[in-house]
Amino acid sequence: MLHIVILIPFLWAALVPLMRVLPRIHPGWAALPVPAALFAYLISRLPQIGTGEAQAVTVPWMPGLGIDLSLVLDGWSLLFALLITGIGTLVVWYSMFYMGKNSDSIRNFYVYLLLFMGAMLGVVLSDNLMVLYAFWELTSVASFLLIAFWYRRERSRYGALKSMLITVFGGLAMFAGFNLLYAMTGTYSIREIAAQAAGLTDQPLFLPAMILVLLGAFTKSAQFPFHIWLPDAMEAPTPVSAYLHSATMVKAGLYLVARMSPIFAGGAEWFWIVSLTGLITLLYGSYKAIRQTDLKALLAYSTISQLGLIMSLLGVGSAVSFFTEPEQIALFGLATSAAVFHLINHAVFKGSLFMVVGIVDHETGTRDLRRLGGLMRLMPVTFVIALIGAFSMAGMPPFSGFLSKEMFFTAMVNIRDFDVISADSWLLVLPVIAWVASVFTFVYSMILVFKTFGGKIKSGQLDKPPHEASAGLLAAPVLLVSLALVFALIPNGLAHALIDPAVAAIHGEGVDAETVHVSIHFWHGWTPELFMTLGVVLLGVLLYRTYTRFRLLDREWSGRDTLNRLYNGALSLLENGGRRATDLYMTGSVRRYLIYILLFLVAALGGTLIFSPGVKLGMDDYAPITFYEVALVAVMLAAAAAVPFARSRVNAILFTGAAGYMVTALFLIFRAPDLALTQMIVETVSVILFLLCFKFLPKLKREKEKPAFKWTNLIVAAGVGVTVTLVALAAMGSSPFEPISAYFLNESYEQAGGKNVVNVILVDFRGFDTLFEIMVLGVASLGIYGLVKLGVKTTPANKKGSESSSLRQGFPLVSNDVILRTMSRVIVLIIISFSLYLFFAGHNNPGGGFIAALMTASALILLAVSYGMDTIRRVIRVNYRLLTAVGLAIAILTAAGSFVFGAPFLSQTFDHFHLPILGDTELATAVLFDLGVYLAVVGVVMNIIFTIKGED
Amino acid sequence: MEWIMAIAVGVLFMIGVYLILSKSLLRVILGTSLLTHGVHLLLLTMAGLKRGAAPVLGGGSESYADPLPQALILTSIVISFGITALYFVLAYRAYQTRGTDEIDGSDTDGKEAGS
Repeated sequence: MLHIVILIPFLWAALVPLMRVLPRIHPGWAALPVPAALFAYLISRLPQIGTGEAQAVTVPWMPGLGIDLSLVLDGWSLLFALLITGIGTLVVWYSMFYMGKNSDSIRNFYVYLLLFMGAMLGVVLSDNLMVLYAFWELTSVASFLLIAFWYRRERSRYGALKSMLITVFGGLAMFAGFNLLYAMTGTYSIREIAAQAAGLTDQPLFLPAMILVLLGAFTKSAQFPFHIWLPDAMEAPTPVSAYLHSATMVKAGLYLVARMSPIFAGGAEWFWIVSLTGLITLLYGSYKAIRQTDLKALLAYSTISQLGLIMSLLGVGSAVSFFTEPEQIALFGLATSAAVFHLINHAVFKGSLFMVVGIVDHETGTRDLRRLGGLMRLMPVTFVIALIGAFSMAGMPPFSGFLSKEMFFTAMVNIRDFDVISADSWLLVLPVIAWVASVFTFVYSMILVFKTFGGKIKSGQLDKPPHEASAGLLAAPVLLVSLALVFALIPNGLAHALIDPAVAAIHGEGVDAETVHVSIHFWHGWTPELFMTLGVVLLGVLLYRTYTRFRLLDREWSGRDTLNRLYNGALSLLENGGRRATDLYMTGSVRRYLIYILLFLVAALGGTLIFSPGVKLGMDDYAPITFYEVALVAVMLAAAAAVPFARSRVNAILFTGAAGYMVTALFLIFRAPDLALTQMIVETVSVILFLLCFKFLPKLKREKEKPAFKWTNLIVAAGVGVTVTLVALAAMGSSPFEPISAYFLNESYEQAGGKNVVNVILVDFRGFDTLFEIMVLGVASLGIYGLVKLGVKTTPANKKGSESSSLRQGFPLVSNDVILRTMSRVIVLIIISFSLYLFFAGHNNPGGGFIAALMTASALILLAVSYGMDTIRRVIRVNYRLLTAVGLAIAILTAAGSFVFGAPFLSQTFDHFHLPILGDTELATAVLFDLGVYLAVVGVVMNIIFTIKGED
Repeated sequence: MEWIMAIAVGVLFMIGVYLILSKSLLRVILGTSLLTHGVHLLLLTMAGLKRGAAPVLGGGSESYADPLPQALILTSIVISFGITALYFVLAYRAYQTRGTDEIDGSDTDGKEAGS
């Protein structure tokens, strides 16, 4: 059931866009049932989970990696799940009245919101760290999308990017931390790691893992100094701020810290880092909140500060793991209880305050405190909500915020008893910080209410006359804020149902709900906490009356303070530095990139040759050397070496061709008749192709490059040459594997019915390669066709010189040699007959589809040279592109035909038939496949030649 | 014989690479052709040379040359023909639109960076 809880929002999110068929209905109605139904289901789990039971589901996912979808619902995750779905329901409701239904992107809004909901449920329900991490990052993505919802605003994009960068940075650190935990324990399961917690503290990776995990929690929960993203995240629509950036997502860090407490609390560093970071954030956030003039910015800093408060309580509460006595556990468990209680309260009052600010913004068109005032009489209901919310936030009775604030004071005062970590007197600084921050909290709460609603209305400052919001808009905050009263009335019921199970779940094994049970009352007698609260009120009122005189108001945008300057500076440094570093080697020069590639080749291959053991150069029994071979090699190298020195295009082309023909001869000598045949025809066709083209390329200039240029090229080239020679020698001397060739030689006739092993490999054993090869050829020929036939605009500057005239016009390639014309008719017939022979003989003798096709093509080219392209085109009306397609189709159909017989793709078969005249004949389906190859290759070659040399 | 071929292959690679690194497109194309020859001979040489008859069964021979490199090379020959033709047309088009057949279009490397 638990995995369905997570799955539903995701699936539903996919359905929301369908709401476009009902444009008159607000898409919020489509989204609303999801959180409401999930909330109802989770509430029904409350009695069972409340007894301390945990519901667990495991769906195997990647068991080999230790990653499974193992979900656990215990007191702590249930509390969060209720917050996510409960506040989610209210926020969706509220947003329906806050956001018009007419904008196109409104459906996206609910898709993102449901996406977030599913991801956040995933975070709090996952027991597997990897799954938790994935959902964790998904909440960052959803948050990014929602902050940038009004993406046309520059500040929305800035805020979205900032939140993304900071939380994802933390997320990655956390990811590393999780993997360190895995390295230490061998499991990703939180519960299994916690079971091994006792042995972890002494491990060297313990502290790094702790710090990395905390980085993730602190960035997510906007702890100092990573808080800077939260004020900028206020660019999101207000329902989003209420939901993600105060009630749920920013509390994920708190969730994680509490979850990891049983694992890390054994190290004293955990206590110090968590509580001190929390307290600093509390103080800093509350001080900054006073200085804001934008209501949402005020609430953002207030959220930061309150998150710090809860964080510090979780830190203090983690001290439980140092004790075994029930009294001491209860003493520090109180801090955890206070954290949980305040977390609930914060969701309640901050959620309603955000909604109030949204209403004020909605009705007056501004959130600027300097322009607001006197709304009390115009918007009485809103005022009452704000009053209750703010007084609860300030920790005033009779609201639930008072209760948790008192518990917070108690926990901080109790810290004196924490003698495990050297109880020096300066520990007293903690309650003092807590108290000072509470004064600031009181002050900004008062500012929020009375600067907005009190005083005289500044009607001239507002764009429109304000009036009370609609009932629909008010419903959600009214419901939410009334919880602040309900919780205050029945704190112990709440403690029993939610807080105690959550606290027990946080502390893990050995601590049950009874031990940590808290009894929450308004009146404890004349305790130090009560005097602290009185002091807060007195000093708070004094400060509120005078704070404007201190000129504390922060009038600038957030970009001005030091931390933000640091962030912006670091970002632009990264961008500029990155660009400069890239520009350093990405110069736009293709030659330079080639040099990088080639040098890497030399380094990689050379390095492998040097450093891998057992590399032996050369072999023991070289084949005998004969004079002809040496002569052929010498001629080949001489021809090749002449190419760079060739003065004219024709010479360069002919030298290259000569080298090619020498290679053909070498193939022949080295027992490769198929290769020799192929290479010879290809070489011939290539030379014709070169000669057709070169006319349109500019004349070769002598290289007038600087010596440095030439020498670089030469050195790189020599390096590659030497490396390749060494590779060849190493391959001869040391092969770690048995060659697989014997298999082909043995099985060629038995399995494929062919005696020409090379051909059998091509059409049968490695038929897939061949299939793709002819496809590549087809693509290349179409590319050529496209490049030549499709018009490219020529700039006037390029039209200089007749040489660059279009290939289409061409030059008359018609021989007027009578002998050639006469002879060619006969020769062409011979060549074509021979090519047909090669095709059919190919399976058992040298030949095959490729060679036959090239042979046929060369016959056609010969005809074209004798009679002119146009003549041939008229006489032989074949669409060669279509021919290629037909060939490919035959090959693919043959290959797919094996499906009919239930065999895998490209299975070939053969049999012997007794045919009249021919006698006993062997027919293989491979011949059909080869026919496809034949047609495709003829099509490709002729298409290339006719395209380049054709006149349409 | 194999060591001679190994050196010859190295020389072919060297000339091919040298041509590819030059600025004229025609030289680059011819360089790829020579490089292809080098690759083919390298494949052939690595398997050992003249170790038996051509790999056509039934000739009564005891041993045959390795058929696998030959199949690879046959594929490569035909592909490289198609690719060379494509290079040529590309070079022609580049020349037609840019008015030069020089790679990078300018005498100094990096002049076009960032543009």
